[in-house]
Amino acid sequence: MLTAVLSGFVAALVLPRVMHVLPRLQNLLWIAVPLGLCAWFATKIPAVARGEVLRESVAWVPSLGVNLDFVIDGLSLLFALMITGIGSLVFIYTSAYMKGHRELDKFYAYLSMFMASMLGLVLADGLMLMFVFWELTSISSFFLIGFKNSEEASRKSALTALAVTGVGGMGLLAAAVIAKSAMGTDSLEALSASGEILREGPLSGLLIALVFLAAFTKSAQFPFHFWLPGAMKAPTPVSTYLHSATMVKAGIFLLLRFSPGLNGAPLWNDALMIVGGFTMAYAAVTALFKTDMKSILAYTTISALGVLTFLIGIGTSAALTAALVFILVHATYKATLFLVTGIVDHETGTRDVTALRGLRKVMMPVAAAAVIAALSSAGLPLSFGFIGKDLIYESTLEFWGNGALNLGLVLTAVALITNVFLLHAGFVVGIRPFSGKMPDRFSDLHLPSPLMWVPPLILAVLCLLFGLVPALLESGIVHPSLAALGFEAEPALKLWHGFNTVLLLSGVTLALGTAVYFAVRPSEKLEAALDRWAHISPETVFRKGSHLFRLFSRKWTLFFQNGYLRYYVLMILIVLTGLIGSRMSGAIDLNVNILTLLNLSAYEIAIAILLIIGITVTVFTGSRLTAVLGMGVVGYSICLFFVFYSAPDLAMTQFTIDTLTVILFVLVLYRLPRYLKLSDMRSRARDWVIASVFGFMLTLIALAAVEEGTNRETSEYYADNAYLLAKGKNIVNVILVDFRGTDTMVEIVVLGVAAVGVFSLLKLRLKKPDVK
Amino acid sequence: MHLLLAIFTGILYAAGIYMILRRSLVKLIIGLVLLGNGVNLLIFLMGSLVKGGPPIIPEASKVIEGPFDDPIPQALILTAIVISFGLQSFAIILLKRTYQVVKTDDLDEINTTDEFA
Repeated sequence: MLTAVLSGFVAALVLPRVMHVLPRLQNLLWIAVPLGLCAWFATKIPAVARGEVLRESVAWVPSLGVNLDFVIDGLSLLFALMITGIGSLVFIYTSAYMKGHRELDKFYAYLSMFMASMLGLVLADGLMLMFVFWELTSISSFFLIGFKNSEEASRKSALTALAVTGVGGMGLLAAAVIAKSAMGTDSLEALSASGEILREGPLSGLLIALVFLAAFTKSAQFPFHFWLPGAMKAPTPVSTYLHSATMVKAGIFLLLRFSPGLNGAPLWNDALMIVGGFTMAYAAVTALFKTDMKSILAYTTISALGVLTFLIGIGTSAALTAALVFILVHATYKATLFLVTGIVDHETGTRDVTALRGLRKVMMPVAAAAVIAALSSAGLPLSFGFIGKDLIYESTLEFWGNGALNLGLVLTAVALITNVFLLHAGFVVGIRPFSGKMPDRFSDLHLPSPLMWVPPLILAVLCLLFGLVPALLESGIVHPSLAALGFEAEPALKLWHGFNTVLLLSGVTLALGTAVYFAVRPSEKLEAALDRWAHISPETVFRKGSHLFRLFSRKWTLFFQNGYLRYYVLMILIVLTGLIGSRMSGAIDLNVNILTLLNLSAYEIAIAILLIIGITVTVFTGSRLTAVLGMGVVGYSICLFFVFYSAPDLAMTQFTIDTLTVILFVLVLYRLPRYLKLSDMRSRARDWVIASVFGFMLTLIALAAVEEGTNRETSEYYADNAYLLAKGKNIVNVILVDFRGTDTMVEIVVLGVAAVGVFSLLKLRLKKPDVK
Repeated sequence: MHLLLAIFTGILYAAGIYMILRRSLVKLIIGLVLLGNGVNLLIFLMGSLVKGGPPIIPEASKVIEGPFDDPIPQALILTAIVISFGLQSFAIILLKRTYQVVKTDDLDEINTTDEFA
């Protein structure tokens, strides 16, 4: 399994590099990747149908408990087959659609990277691992959406998609951390087995909210749906693959994975039903107002995702069966319609449904695929969509007569409205462009390469085949998936249920939808009507929000990164004082006797006074020369302290160095500008307060440290062995040149570097242009 | 006299920081020197502050006897003094060059690289 997941990444890395060697084989090699994977996953169907769960585990970061745990059960197999199956068709389609494109290998590489991330996502068992792949899908889809990177709109959509799905990814990461710390594991299998902890554990509410955030952003639920129509800026194969069949289903997959554990928690079911129900109705109705084929399809995709969320929210065995079947129904017909849209766009140069008519005359096979897909999306009997729609109504009708509001009625009504408008949208995209009278300007069009029209036709045939013989899917795919969700499988996929309420509802849907199709013509007027609401749409809110955020971060940056050294130092000091001060207050118990100051000898007092004078002069003088001399006095006073407290070496060094510094300063001084007081009273007072507080704090720290006492073990060792081992009598010198000789050598190197710096700065002669 | 030295450490820190917070480049360097002295005193405080007991083994003996000042802080300070001299001399020369090029030592006038022409 690891190999299967990695192969896509490896292909994305290696194939573009070897392309120029084998230019003829380029397409073939790329197509072989998903095709091979699809075949490999297909061989797992029998084992999974028997109820086996295949696992593979490779150690990755064992210290953090993060391993590459992959699992194939019914649900992951369903998704894996969908990803690789539709992936194969999309790769084939791409070979013709993007033919001759300059950056074809790049496009394939992104697609392949995306496919591999998606596979990893559905096969991962741990939430942490899932998060990694989740982010990888966001990133690879960012490249794909923004593939036409010379267009501003593309770049914007790509960024929006990345921002929205990226936020969701953070949610998933947080959920993984919570699961790991509060529930002890991030394995999805273990989590769903311990449903009670998940539902009633300490952080369960937060966990559910985070899972929602991740799923709703990825699966484009209201109010996060707006990135999906924007993502239609991508080349059509991308829209087909990512934004109808795979990536947007990742959120649904996450919800399905959590459903065995969380189903029954009130927050879970209610929230999903409300969000899903609203999204599906809202998006289906919005599709009515659109005229761009891709936009219409984008909104129907959002609506379909709403349906899936809604069904997971209902959470009964029937509803989850419906969800699983509908995932496949939607993937087949939506991919077909997108591929068809791509062909129409490619050949006619427009996707405007108000302009496209009668294309069946020039591209019959395409028209056939489109009509079959539209019928499947409408849920006409004999199509796969019919089975899906039946199951949806069945699951909502289970609640008939439940509660004061009659929940079943509400749910069914929402589902009915959604289905009516979905049917309309399907007809507008799948039937309208091909029916009626063809405008003359399309008459010299011709059928594109079979590489383009065969993939949608294959999908359309599948729409019919699964509809006629649903048993094909039942035991191999749907039942094991249902088992993975914790339900006993019951034979439910039937083409004909007899005359009952469900059939009646299907009939009503068909009749109403067809009526709407004939009554409402897509037009620019309708689209303009919708635009009047644009100022309160979530997209506008998001844009304004991100604009405000940018303003805020600009202000923030300008405030802290202001370019004034002293404000940086000031900020560091304030924070440091606050941190240390808050830690110290109360924690230090000082035992200081002020009266010891009275026992100072006369020379100590003399030095102290000298030091104070030196410091005062240095800080307050108006003359630079005086300041430097004051600095020298300070150095000499400290030198005297060293003499009195038994540090002759220090005294000598300090004396020499201080003298040298003063001389150097004085030598340089005469070329310097006037010594001015540049700051005003207020900032000087402020700096005094901060500097004094910090100095006072340091005195306290010093006293506390002295009271703590020092460990003299090392010193004793050096003192005892200075002569015995190193034959030296001055212990400080022995430490420097013998015990720690290497350190001293490095120190000399540092001084050497400084000397080279000084020398070259002195010798440097800047020419005029360099100065500028 | 721990208390005395601790107080002077604080004063040197305060004075050094105050000078660093000025706008003049010269004051900044003077501030660094003062701060460096403060640090040296702080390290010195960690020794035992013995009067008349330098860490030197007497002529006649092979090991040190009686109370003696801790040699390790002294070794550290010695290193620190020398290194800070390297830093200071480099800073002073840099200051000189800076003034030659931009004709000011006001930090507020040289806080961007692209304004002077």
